[in-house]
Amino acid sequence: MELLLFLILFPLVIALLMYALPEHALKHLLVRIGALVIGVASVYLVATSFAQGAVFSTFASEPTGQIMFVIEMLMALFILYMGVRYKNYLTVVLILVQSAMMIFFETTYAEHLTAIHNLFVDDFTLIMTLIIGIIGSLICVYSIRYMQVFHEHHPEVADRRRMFFFVLFAFLSAMFGLVFSNNLVWVYFFWEVTTLFSFVLIGYTRTDEAIKNSFRALVMNLLGGLGFAAALLYLAAVPAAGGIIELDRLIGAGQAVALIPVVLICFAGLTKSAQLPFSSWLVGAMVAPTPVSALLHSSTMVKAGVYIIIKMAPILQGSLPGLMLALVGGFTFLLASAVAISQSNAKKVLAYSTIANLGLVVACGGIGTYEAVWAAILLIIFHAISKSLLFLSVGTVEHQIGSRDIEDMEGLIARMPQVATMMLVGIAGMFLAPFGMLISKWATLHAFIDARFGLILVAIVAFGSAVTVFFWTKWMGRLIAVPTPQKNQERGVGREELGVLYILTVLTVGVTLLFPLISSMLIEPYVLASYGKVAQLGQDNVIIMLLMLFMVLLIPLSMLYYRKDRRHLAPYMGGRATNADMQFMGTFGVYKSATMHNYYMENLFGEAKLMKVGVALCTGLIVLMAGAVYAGVWL
Amino acid sequence: MTSVLYALVFLLIAPALGGLLAGVDRKITARMQGRMGPPVLQPFYDVLKLFEKEHVVVHASQNVYVLSYLVFIAFSGALFFAGGDLLLVIFALTLAHVFLVLGAYASASPYAFIGAERELIQIMAYEPMVILIAVGMYMVVHSFYVSALATTAIPLILYLPGVFIGFAYILTMKLRKSPFDISTSHHAHQEIVKGVTTEFSGSTLGMVEIAHWYENILLVGMGYLFFAFNPLLGVVAMIVLYVVEIFIDNTFARVKWTWALKSIWLVTAVFGLINLGLLYWRA
Repeated sequence: MELLLFLILFPLVIALLMYALPEHALKHLLVRIGALVIGVASVYLVATSFAQGAVFSTFASEPTGQIMFVIEMLMALFILYMGVRYKNYLTVVLILVQSAMMIFFETTYAEHLTAIHNLFVDDFTLIMTLIIGIIGSLICVYSIRYMQVFHEHHPEVADRRRMFFFVLFAFLSAMFGLVFSNNLVWVYFFWEVTTLFSFVLIGYTRTDEAIKNSFRALVMNLLGGLGFAAALLYLAAVPAAGGIIELDRLIGAGQAVALIPVVLICFAGLTKSAQLPFSSWLVGAMVAPTPVSALLHSSTMVKAGVYIIIKMAPILQGSLPGLMLALVGGFTFLLASAVAISQSNAKKVLAYSTIANLGLVVACGGIGTYEAVWAAILLIIFHAISKSLLFLSVGTVEHQIGSRDIEDMEGLIARMPQVATMMLVGIAGMFLAPFGMLISKWATLHAFIDARFGLILVAIVAFGSAVTVFFWTKWMGRLIAVPTPQKNQERGVGREELGVLYILTVLTVGVTLLFPLISSMLIEPYVLASYGKVAQLGQDNVIIMLLMLFMVLLIPLSMLYYRKDRRHLAPYMGGRATNADMQFMGTFGVYKSATMHNYYMENLFGEAKLMKVGVALCTGLIVLMAGAVYAGVWL
Repeated sequence: MTSVLYALVFLLIAPALGGLLAGVDRKITARMQGRMGPPVLQPFYDVLKLFEKEHVVVHASQNVYVLSYLVFIAFSGALFFAGGDLLLVIFALTLAHVFLVLGAYASASPYAFIGAERELIQIMAYEPMVILIAVGMYMVVHSFYVSALATTAIPLILYLPGVFIGFAYILTMKLRKSPFDISTSHHAHQEIVKGVTTEFSGSTLGMVEIAHWYENILLVGMGYLFFAFNPLLGVVAMIVLYVVEIFIDNTFARVKWTWALKSIWLVTAVFGLINLGLLYWRA
């Protein structure tokens, strides 16, 4: 149990040091050491406590509870101040309502509610620990140099790196707190901390756009927080709930008691994991420096949202509100994937892909069967790795070529061979057999076919996956098409930056390779403990997938053969005269460049149009979900 | 559940069968157009000749992708005939086609580039229906394994008529036949030359052709599953279906990609989904 406290408090200590110390080489060393310690401690925790079921700690509620409440009120004051200062009155209203609810909760009910088990660890927690501890700290290390270069490129942005690294590490601390807490009030506390931190990080550059987007994220997440607070009040005030204040008791309480608070908490989960109609905050979050996006998208923040929904899955299973939730996730997956087709901004494509994949996880959570939960956890793992790799490689590319537009990445394989190759691995990891995300999608398909009303989701996955193939492959195509000779632009990429990318690339492939092991050691025990049943991929299919992986890794070696004795010719240009740079030679010595651009199909998959549909559809589903809960129609 | 022997047999026999099928296809097409047509073995002569040509490329890397395409097409076919998981077969097939597209991109030619974009549109168009075929068969037989689907006594076609119509509809595109041969074609393409394969020549083009043969046999096998309860009926049905595809190829003009995409998605939604919905409702 000491290790749990260590993982929560140690990043906080590093964070405080980050804030206290001035910018200095030694401080960078501290980032590295801190990241290493967090990573090692996470792995150690997993190594010592996997497959033991849920282990609870009787860590004392007091005075921790009071301290948390004080911090919560201070945060509320800060948010109130920011709301007033930037004249965002919706924020002011939301934070006032929320604080009033929590003050009421603390003064009226808190003393009657005492949780015996405040902290816990189970196999799902361990998986989250690995994601936060390894990927989160890798992103911290990557940020050292990235932020240096960022400020060189953007002299107009005030250098607030002390605050930046403080929040980065404190974020990890809050995430550890969130996944280790069994006391729901504590979960709520850490939940609100991540809301505040993401607000601060998104607004880092303090441009008008950054401020606007950070407030949008804040408002939406505060709205979700309101749902969470309402769940706490309900549990405390309604006699039937019997004063449940612990996560494990809530999940074990059965639908009759737990469904209403669970749906409220899942509403909070929807906002945090940026599902429609709340997806716009995550798209807006890309104004922040790229490591922030990587952090929010892969290992923290949005993963907190799906974490809590997957935790609640046993209660949602087979219920009408659960089905509505699953449909919100499903339509988010379909529409966000479709919108990604129309985007050429790499970070925006990644953002929509995150929203889409989280949608799939939410759909699994809403369905809530053991197969669905198994698939959802696979999705969480593989998505975290590939997405962090993609964000960080886009960040590196942006610093080298000065653009994050996919169209500008033409021929990147020749300009930045290492980074482009790693980016290709990351993209392949997102949608191609035999890589992780495809295995997960396969698992979701299995889960949906066997579920009640799952056919709708099966159809959504069928169409959504097809759309996914389109936008990822055309991105890959841009990277590998080298129409004209290119200069190498990779020099100047920091070695450490490159190192982080290499580790994530190895993880993308390695975790695919080791996934049967991860499944049997962590995921299956968790699913078995929650449902008494277990899902897995057939042995022969695992072998075939591994065979495919080896083939994918080995075939590029044929380049050694193809590189030799080939006659190179210019591409066919319709029989017109061109020069070596693929420019058409006109009369009077005029050269006209030939350019190639990907299809974006704005009129079919335009962002504005599809998002409007999505917001309307998913708002309707959420209203239906609320109506079903209110009317007591549980199916 | 999978049999290595069947996989090996497929790997050896399928190119011969696929080549023959292509030869017969050309013969029937010629007759429909009032020509004599080439000998039935002509496709083999063509491909053998391709392998004797000079090695010419725009970028050497394009060959790596085409090789991957061939390997994974053959792999998915072998997996299918070995009785493996139908979904895995579909995923491997998608991977193969992505490699072909990447090969076209890697050649960095404007015509191949447009071909690649259109090939992606094709993948996006037919992929949902392909997945629904597997799902539909699973809903009836309760297994994704081809070994189970091929030996079931249940007449799948009677349960999945809508899904079969959807299959027949996308088959036109998968066989690269008009009106859906938008990315590349056996016929001359006026606006994008040879599309995806514009820059492939010699042995590389030969590999594309062999991959196509492999895939056609796989597709015929997939269609056969609908009639697997009666092998004779299955073979006859596939012959009829193939002749119908040739007939369609020779009667329809190529359509625009938007029309291809929309109509295929519509057919998938109407015939595929309604069929599955009724099956679900009945259960």
